[in-house]
Amino acid sequence: MTTTYEPGPTAATDSDDVLVVDGLRKSFGSVQAIKQASIRLPRGKVTALIGDNGAGKSTLIRCLSGVHRPDSGTISLDGTAIDFHSPDQARRAGIETVHQNLALVDDLTVWQNLFLGRELTRGLGPVQFLDRKGMRDKAKEMVSALAINVPSVTSRVRRLSGGQRQAVSIARAAGWGSKIVIMDEPTAALGVQETARVEELIRGLRERGLTILLISHNFDQVMRLADGVWVMRAGSSIAHRQVDQTSGEELVGLVTGALAA
Amino acid sequence: MTALTAARPSWRDRLVDLPLPEIAAPVALVLLVVAFGALDGTFLSRGNIEAVLQASAILVVLAVGQAFVIATGGIDLSVASTMTLGAVVLGQVYATDAGIGWAILAGIAAATAVGLVNGLVVAKGGITDFIVTLGTLSAASGLALIIANGKPQPVLDGFLLRLSADGVGPFTWSVIVAAVVAVVAHVVLFRTRLGVHILAVGGSTEAARSTGVHNVRVKVAVYLISGALAGIAAVLLVARVGAAEPASNTSFLLNSVAAVVLGGVSLFGGRATIAGPVVGALLLASLVNGLTLLGVSQFYQPLAVGIVVVLAAFLTRFQR
Repeated sequence: MTTTYEPGPTAATDSDDVLVVDGLRKSFGSVQAIKQASIRLPRGKVTALIGDNGAGKSTLIRCLSGVHRPDSGTISLDGTAIDFHSPDQARRAGIETVHQNLALVDDLTVWQNLFLGRELTRGLGPVQFLDRKGMRDKAKEMVSALAINVPSVTSRVRRLSGGQRQAVSIARAAGWGSKIVIMDEPTAALGVQETARVEELIRGLRERGLTILLISHNFDQVMRLADGVWVMRAGSSIAHRQVDQTSGEELVGLVTGALAA
Repeated sequence: MTALTAARPSWRDRLVDLPLPEIAAPVALVLLVVAFGALDGTFLSRGNIEAVLQASAILVVLAVGQAFVIATGGIDLSVASTMTLGAVVLGQVYATDAGIGWAILAGIAAATAVGLVNGLVVAKGGITDFIVTLGTLSAASGLALIIANGKPQPVLDGFLLRLSADGVGPFTWSVIVAAVVAVVAHVVLFRTRLGVHILAVGGSTEAARSTGVHNVRVKVAVYLISGALAGIAAVLLVARVGAAEPASNTSFLLNSVAAVVLGGVSLFGGRATIAGPVVGALLLASLVNGLTLLGVSQFYQPLAVGIVVVLAAFLTRFQR
C-alpha cells in the first residue's frame, strides 16, 4: 500500500476509530481530485479537516456522505467496509452532513425542516397523515436538548438569523441517532457571537458522544474546537496532528507546503 | 449564552406574518359581493348565487390542480386542452353505448395520462415545464380534434344532467364535487408527506434533494394530480354543456393560472394554499357574473379579469 499515513499520537486509540478511510482516490475525467486520502475519526472527538481550496476536502466529504463514490480505497464504519451509492444510504448508516447551503426550506417551519424527508405519520395502511403534534413535540425536545436559541419551532426558517439556521441544520443532523456529523464550514458566514454559539453547540454534541468531522478554514477555530487535525494538500492527506501538540503556525505551514509533513 | 427561548411569537410578529397576498383575495371577494349586491338587487338572489357557484365549479377543480403544480415552482399550461381531450374521450366512449360509467372513467383516464406524460417529461427529461406543457397543450387539443373529427358529440345522459341540475340546497352536485376536490386537496397538501414534499421541492429543490425527498416522484405526482383533476373538470364540463366539444377552452387555462395567482400562491413555488385559489376562482366567476348583470359588454370582461390578475400579481411583491 502506498499510503503516506503516519500513525501519529492517535495510534494508541486506533481501536476506537469510528471511521477509517484508507487509500481513497477519486478522479473526475482527467482531474485527480483526490490522489490519496487516508484519515481516521476517533469516536466522540471533534476532528478537523483543513487544506487550501482545491486540496480535495470537499470531494473527500462528498465521498463520505454518499454523494460521490470513490474510484478506489476503502471506507469502514465501525469496522465494516461501506460503499454508499446515495446520500440516503450514508444517512441510514449514521453519517449526517451539514452542507454549507444548510439544506433548509425557508418557507417551511423549523419543525417541518427538522423532519424533512423523515416525517412521522399515522393512519391505516396506505392512508397516512402527518403526525403534526408528534413532530412539533419531538422538535421542541430536539431544540431544547441542544439548548438552541430559536424563537419557536413553529416559526418559518425564513425568519431566523444565520446562526439560528445553522443551529437548526446541525440539530437535524445530530438528532437522528447519527454516529458521525460532518460539518462543512459551519461558521463561515457568521458573526463573532453567532460563531461562539455554534461552537458551543458543537462542543455540546461532542459531550453527547457524537463524532464530528469539521471542515474549517479558520485555524483559530480548529485550535479552539478540535481534538485532532488532518491536513490535505493537492489531493492527498499529508499530515495528522493532535491539537494540543501543534500550533496555528505549524498548521498554516502544513497547508501551504512551507513545512514538510 | 445558550439560553432556550421558546416563547410564542409576539402579536407584532404575527401581524408581520399576516400574508398580504393570501388575504387579498377573500377581502376583494367580499368587497366585490357587497359592491355588486348594492348595484344590482338580483346579484345576491338565490338563483344568481347558484349560477355563480355553478359557473365556478369547473374553474375551482382546474385551479386546484394548477395550484399543486405551481406549488412546486412549475406551471401546467395544458390543463384546459387536457380537459377538452378528457371531454372528447368521454363523448366518444359514451357514443359507443358503453354506458356513462365507462365513459367518465375513460375521460378521466385520458386526462390523467396527459398529466403523466407532462410529469415524466418534466421530471425525468429535465425539460422546462413551460415548454413541455405548451407542447401538450397543442398535442392534447390536436388529439381531441382528431378523435372527435372536429365535431361536437351530444351527451344527453340522466346522470350528467343531474350533476349540473340537481343538488343539495343551492349547491348542485357539480359544486359539491368541486368542494370535495378542494377539501381533499387541502388535506393532501397540509396533512400528508406528499404535501410537505411538494412545498419543499417548490421552496428549495436543493434542500429537498439533500434531505432525501424524491424530487422526480414529487414532480410527476403534481402533474398527475393536475391531469386527473382536468379529467374531473371534463366531466363537469360535459355535464354543463350537454355535449363533448373539441373546442379550445383557452379562457379556462388563463383563468386557472389567474385564480392561483389571485389566491396568493407564489409562482416561484414553496408557498401555496388550496383555499386561496378556490377563493380566486370564486372571485373571477363573481366578477364576470356581476359585470354581466350590470349590462357591461362581454368584450370588457377579459379586460377586467386581466386588470384584476395583474393587480393581484403586484401584491405578491410584498410577499416576504
